[in-house]
Amino acid sequence: MGSEMENKADIPTLAEMTARGEKPEVLFWVGCAGSFDDRAKKITKAFVKLLQQAGVAFAVLGTEESCTGDPAKRAGNEFLFQMQAATNIQVLNGYGVETIVTTCPHCFNTLKNEYPGLGGTYKVVHHTKFLQELLKAGRIKLEGGTFRGKRITYHDPCYLGRANGIYEAPRELIRKLDAELVEMKSCRQKGLCCGAGGAQMFKEPEKGDKDINIERTEQALDTEPEVIAAACPFCNTMLSDGVKGKEKEQQTRVLDLAELLAQAADL
Amino acid sequence: MQYLPNILFLLALVAGIGFFTRNIRRLLRNIRLGREVAPEGSRSERFRQMARIAIGQQKMVVRPIAGLLHIIVYLGFIIINIEVLEIIIDGIFGTHRIFAFLGPAYDVLIATFEILALLVLVAVVVFWLRRNALRIRRFWKPEMKGWPKKDADWILYIEAILMLLFLTMNAADFSLQQTGADHYVQAGAYPVSSVLAGLMSGWGEGTLVLVERSAWWLHILGILFFLNYLYYSKHLHILLAFPNTYWGKIGPKGAFENLESVRKEVALMMDPDADPYAAPPEDAEPPAKFGASDVMDLSRIQLLNAYTCTECGRCTSECPANQTGKKLSPRKIMMDTRDRLESVGRAIEANNGQWEPDGRQLLDDYITREELWACTTCNACVEACPVSIDPLSIIMDMRRYLVMEQSAASQELNVMMGNIENNGAPWPFNQMDRLNWKDES
Repeated sequence: MGSEMENKADIPTLAEMTARGEKPEVLFWVGCAGSFDDRAKKITKAFVKLLQQAGVAFAVLGTEESCTGDPAKRAGNEFLFQMQAATNIQVLNGYGVETIVTTCPHCFNTLKNEYPGLGGTYKVVHHTKFLQELLKAGRIKLEGGTFRGKRITYHDPCYLGRANGIYEAPRELIRKLDAELVEMKSCRQKGLCCGAGGAQMFKEPEKGDKDINIERTEQALDTEPEVIAAACPFCNTMLSDGVKGKEKEQQTRVLDLAELLAQAADL
Repeated sequence: MQYLPNILFLLALVAGIGFFTRNIRRLLRNIRLGREVAPEGSRSERFRQMARIAIGQQKMVVRPIAGLLHIIVYLGFIIINIEVLEIIIDGIFGTHRIFAFLGPAYDVLIATFEILALLVLVAVVVFWLRRNALRIRRFWKPEMKGWPKKDADWILYIEAILMLLFLTMNAADFSLQQTGADHYVQAGAYPVSSVLAGLMSGWGEGTLVLVERSAWWLHILGILFFLNYLYYSKHLHILLAFPNTYWGKIGPKGAFENLESVRKEVALMMDPDADPYAAPPEDAEPPAKFGASDVMDLSRIQLLNAYTCTECGRCTSECPANQTGKKLSPRKIMMDTRDRLESVGRAIEANNGQWEPDGRQLLDDYITREELWACTTCNACVEACPVSIDPLSIIMDMRRYLVMEQSAASQELNVMMGNIENNGAPWPFNQMDRLNWKDES
């Protein structure tokens, strides 16, 4: 069964599924980072493994997916954002999509909060919440204790935490790993940004004393963690760069919650 | 001549309230220069938000020390106002302690005022020490130089003086009551000022009356002065915190406004039947301006935000850009907006109620591009504000102006946006390769 699961045919596009007359339980919105960025692709694959283990009938849009427009909107280009939204909404509504799960808090926020006003209303779930539900329903089984007793600190992504009030689901997942969750100096509502949001990912920072990701990485390393858990591909990049900059990549890994769970479940 | 004090009092009261009303009208006129916007949520949701955040001080106590001290001053401000009512009635009718008939209830009232006044005094001293002795960083940022610094200190001095006058008045009154002086009814309990009265033992009745009357007059005149000081001060928050939390953002903080003006343009572009070469009809309204370069482009709620800001700097202290030494300070965004709005208001007054462009604007003359581009849109400032101010929305509107009206985004951002336009991703990857990851090990 396992080898079959890994077969690429098990990642159907919505077009293929629709052609077969099937409807997925959920659409996995992969996002640009998850599709193209080498580090983020690992998160995508880990999450797919978990979906497959749980037997979730999911589909992806594949080549029909396009940027949600988040970085354009936050950079000030509302025009480009709304063009992207209109195109994506046409695709999503065309397939009658009802539920979307995504590993990117930026896609999550835009789809959930900004698309409804433009004609695209869906149930949008972040993957940490989705995984929490799968665990609760017993659809994912965690065995063995890859991370038992390990110190894990969690970085709240701004667009998951403050922007949408999701603080507990990711922490719940870490507790499920039997790991020791250690909090940083600034966490939850006061969580410090990684420095990537608001289109900063795509530009050099303004002049200052320090880069934001270094400040945040220092806060994370202060907790002496074995793993810095992230829940956003952009935070992941910023923190990984920070850890590398501090030459701590031997001691501390930056991993997405999907990766943590997939490793713990031996997938 | 017997009615001279009453007349003087009435004049002071009318002048004080009249001047205050004039300033409130000015404030409303300035706020109305902004765009009208539909408020978020239902009326009851908005009331609940105001009850929680402004009346209930929910956000203040996130920082427990400042929060607790603030609650003392806030309660003092509200409760001691009952005393002001009595002072006004006494002033107009020449009575003395008109509420004395309440008997034991009056004792409780006066005792409560006194204890609160003492606590306010202590809180004000601690506030002053935090600013000037502990020199807490957020009070010493660059935007706090000059008037903002003086303003903050003066508010504390005025509050301390008002409380001291109130207690002095009561102490003299209490002493006079003990000696059974004429006109001084035996009423009230004075747990604090009775101690203070010890310092007055041996003073003659004439001196005590002089002290009591002077303190009484200075106290009420001080209150009228303070009322009129508000308009020129960050202290306006004591009034505006309530409407500001009422009109404040209710939905998720991540939901940014979808510009209506852009929506129309996009709908037209996506409409296959639209004639791309059609000239606009003669009576068509001029195309809307995208984003904001000056205060008139902002919404009325954003302008109310600017007047409400009490420059506490919690936003700035939580801002990741500011923490890492960038020029951006969300508090400065609000202070600049208010300063610019005030200067526009003054120009309108000087020009018989008409606005003539003065060659200046909020962008560049007050807020620099460097500040605007340093924002990560992380919402830390919005979360930190104890009175629901949204500096991020102003930053966003100004970025929109820069990008959509001026094409003034940086080269790097233009590359990112070009990529989204051409390949549907912020990086130069082909949209046809979006699913390649599934075939990679």
